[in-house]
Amino acid sequence: MKRFTFRGGVHPPHFKKATEKLSVEKAKIPQVVTIPLQQHIGAPCEPLVKVGDKVKIGQKIGQANAFVSAPIHSSIAGTVKKIASFDSPTGSKVQCIVIESDGSNEVHEDVRAKGELHNLSKKEILEIIKEAGITGMGGAGFPTHVKLSPPPDKPIDTVIINGAECEPFLTADHRMMLEHPEKVVFGLKAIMKVLDVRKGFIGIEDNKPDAIKVMEEAVMNEPDIDVAPVRTKYPQGDEKRLINAITGREVPSGGLPMDVGLVVNNVGTAAAICDAIKTGMPVIERVVTISGSAINEPKNLLVRIGTSFKEVIEQCGGYKSDLGKLISGGPMMGFAQFTDEIPVIKGTSGILALNKKDAKIPDEQPCIRCGKCVSICPVNLEPLFIAKFSQKRLYDEAEKYHALDCIECGSCSFICPSKRKLLQSIRTGKREIISKRKKS
Amino acid sequence: MDNNLIASSSPHLRSKQTISSVMLDVLIALLPATLASIWFFRFSAVKLIVLAVVTAVVTEIICQKAMKRPVTVKDLSAVVTGLLLAFNIPASAPWWIPVVGSAFAIIIVKQLFGGLGHNFMNPALGARAMLLASWPVIMTNWVSPGADAVSTATPLAILSGEAADGTLPPLSDLLLGNIGGSLGETSAILLILGGIYLLYRGVINWRIPLAYIGTVAVLTLAFGVGFNDMLYHLFAGGLMLGAFYMATDYSSSPVTSLGQIIFAVGCGLLTVVIRLKGGYPEGVSYSILLMNLAAPLIDKYTRPKVFGEVKQSA
Repeated sequence: MKRFTFRGGVHPPHFKKATEKLSVEKAKIPQVVTIPLQQHIGAPCEPLVKVGDKVKIGQKIGQANAFVSAPIHSSIAGTVKKIASFDSPTGSKVQCIVIESDGSNEVHEDVRAKGELHNLSKKEILEIIKEAGITGMGGAGFPTHVKLSPPPDKPIDTVIINGAECEPFLTADHRMMLEHPEKVVFGLKAIMKVLDVRKGFIGIEDNKPDAIKVMEEAVMNEPDIDVAPVRTKYPQGDEKRLINAITGREVPSGGLPMDVGLVVNNVGTAAAICDAIKTGMPVIERVVTISGSAINEPKNLLVRIGTSFKEVIEQCGGYKSDLGKLISGGPMMGFAQFTDEIPVIKGTSGILALNKKDAKIPDEQPCIRCGKCVSICPVNLEPLFIAKFSQKRLYDEAEKYHALDCIECGSCSFICPSKRKLLQSIRTGKREIISKRKKS
Repeated sequence: MDNNLIASSSPHLRSKQTISSVMLDVLIALLPATLASIWFFRFSAVKLIVLAVVTAVVTEIICQKAMKRPVTVKDLSAVVTGLLLAFNIPASAPWWIPVVGSAFAIIIVKQLFGGLGHNFMNPALGARAMLLASWPVIMTNWVSPGADAVSTATPLAILSGEAADGTLPPLSDLLLGNIGGSLGETSAILLILGGIYLLYRGVINWRIPLAYIGTVAVLTLAFGVGFNDMLYHLFAGGLMLGAFYMATDYSSSPVTSLGQIIFAVGCGLLTVVIRLKGGYPEGVSYSILLMNLAAPLIDKYTRPKVFGEVKQSA
């Protein structure tokens, strides 16, 4: 079997055993949901409802006029109780709509099948995707309809569905491919139709042989679609790494996949597109992997958007006694949280709870110039130098060493034997460089 | 829920490798050669090794206390320095040679420049160069292995014609270590074994050892040394010790992949030139020291091409 890969990268332990064999269960429909009006990259939405309004499942409750944005829908049926700022898993306070369930589970009348794929025009499919509020489900949350609207001077010839799922612990995409391969393929075909593209790939890391097999069977009668097994290596699921591995193309520094004729979408995004076309249901729920050393019963749950982390974790047997860290996303790129009173959003691929031992931040020791960070950096940077310049506030030097090309995958901090906070220092440097650019 | 959650910047997962695990691996790799040197040179080896290691560790503690820095002997780097220094001393040396050498390595070469990671040259090699310059007779008084240690010449000295009366030992003795030389440089095969362990554990990569040894092999042949003598150049003397354990020293070698190869080729080139065209039969330690000085410059000129950089400018 030909396996594709990229240069650099690290091999963190997988930790996927706890949940990879567990079917996705439906989480309980919560009594109260807190739905942030910004769950995506782009303009925040304005509320379309006011306190006291009755809403139904799938009803649009937030919208923005900007192109780069995605509407927000209600994930339960009930009454709007509050519209106010709350903590969100992205780290800042965001305006949210709080809805209390009336127990009816009534679905909004706008939610209906949109017809057959071959009867829909490109424009119609794009509109369905936009109206369904679909954003990158891998975690970044970039509005999908924007990704699928490249300017005319950027012809797209290939679409890749990202099923690499290289983050340790996470198995949400893995289970999606095993349980709903047809949705993934349908979503891919819809994307290919929108972009008028002949070639589609589904990239899957080879630590998921069962998913590779299932997806290969699912595309048996699709001559234009191939499953591309990629070598298990972090950060294989970074879209530019995946493009490089499968097609050999190199997205230019500071550029986008469309610059080399590609569009990459996550497995979950493809499945959401399928749902939006076949049933008309917008993004009101997603698969979340709940795992980690401080979780009693790790699970893959289908969770309504806006459910609090706390409620989700309670359905996984709660915390073990020695909770040390709570993470939204995977352990390599996820965000550490300071509370579990935050809602699941469209980009929440995982909720990890680590015990005190795993959460301990190791003591930093001096850099011994071992060069491991240089040899594993997937973008060929020299993290040790950028971090050093950044710590010394020599941001111009850091920029000369291409700090802005850093993809923040965290491989350098992972591999460092001195346990230096390389990525943290590089992030600081990047922020300073960008703010300086804005000023000038 | 208590409010004691740890919030930190990603990644939240770290590799198991630490400085002490790296240094422990180096010690494990050096263990076979250490035992061999004790087998060959008996008590004098034990004495020199213990003195060198203990002095290195004690000096580091005193130094760090005096400089009001955290004491970091637990990282085992001082132990490695002491052991490597002992490996560079002839078995006949008096007790104070390793003591002076280790103290010099730790105080002058390592701590005064900022401690671990900041030394611009390999501490053990820096100390060896100092000892050799200060006490040249003691530092080249080679004895043959065994209980009845008699003065002997190293194979490379015989090869260079410096020791006119010597006869070359068979190659098998070189591999096993049954030859005259410094404590740890005698058994090529055990040093290679340790080197393979370090490669397997990911402590070092293949670039420096392979490029170094390869350059020496190719250049000695190119300089008209026969194939057989080329093997002597590889397996006698400090090449294996230098290529696997000294030139690969993290702080004093380049961090870029290309830089490491250039560095190692430079080491090889200098070694061959010193051995064949210079008046000194050994060349490894000075070659590495000279290239150590060039390491920052090499790093500067071998910066890797950033992913996606070419196409943007095109």
